[in-house]
Amino acid sequence: MNETKKRLEVLGKPRRRVDGRAKVTGQLRYADDLSMPRMLHAKLLRSPHPHAIVESVEAEKAKQHPGLKLVLTGQDFPVPFGIMPVSVDEYPLARERVRYVGDPVAAVIAVDEQAATEALRLLEVRYKVLKPISGPQEGLENPEPRIHDYGEQGNIHRNLSYEFGDVGEALRNADFVAEDLFFYQGNTHLPMEQQASLAFLDPEGKLQICSCTQNPHYLQRQLSRVLQIPEPRIRVVATPNGGGFGGKCDPGGHEFVVCKAALVLGRPVKIGLTREEVFYVHRGRHPVLMRMKTGVTREGKLTGMHLQTLLDGGGYGSHGPASTFYTGVLTPVTYHYPRFKFEACRVFTNKPACGPKRGHGTPQPRFGQEVQLDKIAERLGMDPLELRLKNLTKAGELTASWLRVGSTGLEDCLRKVAAMSGWKDRHAQLPRGKGVGLACSTYMSGAGVAIYWNKMPHSGVQLLLDRSGTVVVYCGATEIGQGSDDVLAAIVAETLGVDTGSVRVVTGDTGITPVDLGSYSSRVTIMAGNAAVQAAERLRASLATAVCETLGTLPDRVVFSQGKVFAADNAGAGMSFVEAVAMAEAQLGTLSAVGSYSPPKPPGRYKGAGVGPSPAYSFSACVVQAEVDERTGWLHVPKIWIAHDIGRALNPVLARGQVIGGVYMGLSEATMEEQSFRRLPEKLSGALVHRAPSMLDYKSLTALDMPEVEVALIEDPDPNCPYGAKEVGQGPLLPVMPALANAIYDAVGVRIDEIPITPDKVLRALEAKARGKAPRVGPESYPSVPYPEPTFVLPPWEGGDGNEMRKGGGKRAAAAVV
Amino acid sequence: MLRLPWFEYRSPRTVAEAVKILAGEGPGAMLVAGGTDLLPNMKRRHQSPKALVSLRAIDELRKLNGSYGAGLTLAEVVAHPGTPAALRQAAAQVATAQIRNMGTLGGNLCLDTRCTYYNQTEEWRKAIDYCLKKDGSVCWVATASKRCVAASSTDTAPALIALDAKVKLAGPGGEREIPVEALYNNDGIDYLSRKPDEVLTGVVVPGGWQSTYWKLRRRGSFDFPILGVAAALKMDGDLVAEARIALGAVASRPFRVDKAGEFLKGKRLSDQVIAEAATLVANRAKPMDNTDMDLYWRKEVADDFTEYALKELRGDDLSAVRTRTARRQPGWIGHR
Repeated sequence: MNETKKRLEVLGKPRRRVDGRAKVTGQLRYADDLSMPRMLHAKLLRSPHPHAIVESVEAEKAKQHPGLKLVLTGQDFPVPFGIMPVSVDEYPLARERVRYVGDPVAAVIAVDEQAATEALRLLEVRYKVLKPISGPQEGLENPEPRIHDYGEQGNIHRNLSYEFGDVGEALRNADFVAEDLFFYQGNTHLPMEQQASLAFLDPEGKLQICSCTQNPHYLQRQLSRVLQIPEPRIRVVATPNGGGFGGKCDPGGHEFVVCKAALVLGRPVKIGLTREEVFYVHRGRHPVLMRMKTGVTREGKLTGMHLQTLLDGGGYGSHGPASTFYTGVLTPVTYHYPRFKFEACRVFTNKPACGPKRGHGTPQPRFGQEVQLDKIAERLGMDPLELRLKNLTKAGELTASWLRVGSTGLEDCLRKVAAMSGWKDRHAQLPRGKGVGLACSTYMSGAGVAIYWNKMPHSGVQLLLDRSGTVVVYCGATEIGQGSDDVLAAIVAETLGVDTGSVRVVTGDTGITPVDLGSYSSRVTIMAGNAAVQAAERLRASLATAVCETLGTLPDRVVFSQGKVFAADNAGAGMSFVEAVAMAEAQLGTLSAVGSYSPPKPPGRYKGAGVGPSPAYSFSACVVQAEVDERTGWLHVPKIWIAHDIGRALNPVLARGQVIGGVYMGLSEATMEEQSFRRLPEKLSGALVHRAPSMLDYKSLTALDMPEVEVALIEDPDPNCPYGAKEVGQGPLLPVMPALANAIYDAVGVRIDEIPITPDKVLRALEAKARGKAPRVGPESYPSVPYPEPTFVLPPWEGGDGNEMRKGGGKRAAAAVV
Repeated sequence: MLRLPWFEYRSPRTVAEAVKILAGEGPGAMLVAGGTDLLPNMKRRHQSPKALVSLRAIDELRKLNGSYGAGLTLAEVVAHPGTPAALRQAAAQVATAQIRNMGTLGGNLCLDTRCTYYNQTEEWRKAIDYCLKKDGSVCWVATASKRCVAASSTDTAPALIALDAKVKLAGPGGEREIPVEALYNNDGIDYLSRKPDEVLTGVVVPGGWQSTYWKLRRRGSFDFPILGVAAALKMDGDLVAEARIALGAVASRPFRVDKAGEFLKGKRLSDQVIAEAATLVANRAKPMDNTDMDLYWRKEVADDFTEYALKELRGDDLSAVRTRTARRQPGWIGHR
């Protein structure tokens, strides 16, 4: 095959994305643009109480409304759902209990949205109000009332502890131990598109839902479970998402409601959530309190880390079991820690459920880790850049926790971003009030295991090739704005030597596309991409076999390039791609091929080792410049530099867009975003409400507020990835927050150990500094958390085999493994 | 999406006709101009007027000769070359370009007061059992307060107060002219002295002032003010002949800080004088925890913003500070 290897013709070149025209001309049809004859509209009644028992839902008055067609309540949905098999704890409409203000209780379906709105007000619900739990510490202190009757104990949902080598010893043997507390406030995805769904029965009577979901496959499974209908009778079409960021991964109550209503009424039923409802559906960034102890030698070598996290989970499980792991597991991927221990606890609270948001669980510890490294560098009198370079993980190494690092361009990223930003001339040298800060990060190119246990591929692609020369790519992957359709089209075009104009992409439709697990965990480019490469290579092999005799060469010497097919040693002769297809179709019949992809088995073999492994990790290094007004604490960010190790940029325009989008979201989280709540005075009210469930009052940066971002893409193709391309959708967000915190320290010498970093906090720290107190704002204490006995695993270099051990030697008996 | 309640829509052609409709409909009718504040509020059921009386078709409200017609859009006010700096800067920093193209000068002056417990949907407000300003009995900002403390959030009013402007109100009994400051009551509910059957028709802005407006808000792109400082000076050589400083967004009404004006009179704008004036102004800022950002911090920076305003009027180059706080490039609208 080597002789047929050609220079890349489609990939690596900046191209207009395949769905770009439809998007900028407004022709793309999002879920809320869909309309059908006889379509009805649904609205949800949501709980005004943070914690209550639903005693009754009275619908008599609502039923008098002339436009009303149907009322649904919790009694219509006896079967619960949950995106993860270990936390199936949610009903489409609350059956007995509401767990946050905004929990859906009932639905009305009416002739139009206006009528539905009016009828909704006529529903009468009787609640028995329970004491709300407003935060994780309150949840730990109050095992009763229990928000759920499952979980570890009381209001603890998940509680984990893992120790890789004796960390106590590693810290004792260090020259010093840095110990810090950090807090990262929760925030939400804020996609431009609010959730919308349209359900109807197709002419055969089968259920179809068009919905802006990131994961049509998981939604199909959950619909089948909740509605008790076999999967073949349900078709889920993921409409193009107007932004996902993790917020459209969980199935939503509204999706079950419109399906059920369509089944009952036999008419199309649509719902479009209001912006306020999107804040309640949430599943965004967990608020996380962290304690981080890191041992260091005088030479600046890390000896080990002990990380503890406490997550505010909100009212339901959602992806929480995974999120809990992610507040620990990716921490040792950027730097070499000879030993590592993490303990993580997720507590149920009476607020909208948290879940996966861009970076899923990892921005929080990454913030702490990178700020703490900055503090360590200062203590050692070392350039933070040098400290980082000294401790980088190496390509192919295993971490103490048995993650395989694979390819890494982090050193290149660091050197590049230092050069671009003029780090050596700026850090610690800018005039007072101005500073630069550095931070690094990594992220997975796809999670190593599926959300539900199975041995099947994570992604499948089917190609259909017809005599016109058109290639149709079928894949379950979902376009959420990240450019996955473009990736698929480009990879297939490249492999078959055609341009993307000959390729049509059909994605995210469980009725016609092979399963892909969904658009989450930055998995689509690598997993669907690898499946597409395999399918296209198979198709190319069929074509080569069919035409090689005519070309007078062997099949593996047939070249596909720029719409032509020719022998490697006779480029002047040959035929067009269309002629080759016709010849092959004549010989072989209708042409089609499938490809699929399963990630490699993770090296760790202990229980829990499935969270964190990935076929490849991306790496980023970022420098933020900050200006701080010392009189007001006002914070200004004039410039950000970032280098991202992407393996290969399949479409550099899209890749840069993703990097800048990530930086945007990171800076917004760093400086203002807060999914925060108001607990009214307890004597007067039991209310616990979202402070600002609106686009105006939930503060996030706009395009106009963005500084210039200078992007460098570090390209060193990764062998596990399609044409070497690693992820870019999530990683570039992660270093921005700590880089900003470090820049502020460089500018004015104060530490803000919590996110968001607002002017009032900066001013408070400056005032503390002026009074001779610790120049810091951040959490002051860490509550007592009943973490379990750790699962103990020896690091690879201490003779471990990836299995759980007894601390001090010897395998733990299988029976003891819980 | 959130739906509007049902309402009747009236579209008079003249102010007189509008006044007549208002008088006939009684308190159930409301005026609407650009609708950028009222219509979202109606969707949240802050107001559910029986009838909306639109001012859009009244040509006389859109004139600009000697005085500003209340129906001029904020974008038109900004674009007018004769608009004084403070008014231009204030109008240019209201919301977004789209809203400035719809929202009017009169509408911004009559902007409903705002509060984080009030500017929420009806469902949200139900979850806190409503509040004093609308449908409830407790002010959640200050639970002991008998008075609603919702914040005045108009940008143009403090600018116009500093500029010594007057508003014209037309009612059944004819037209009256009052100082802009007198248009407001320090009450989050009954915040306007405009009578229900009066139409705000225009604003008379005298010339001769050097003026500026500084707005504190979280984002430069769009946000309501959480502090507005407007300053206008008349100079006699390097001495202050007359000074007017007004604050916005730190009470239920915009107001003038007379003491600071008196203090500045006859003085040279030294750093010391500016700092003292700024302290006098900041002492009057009483922000509440009912809008964005930490309230103690908002109180703390009131003097800084006053200093920015006075130093800019002195002729200091504050373009860098402007860029950082307004997040706008120097010279965007900055000339005096």
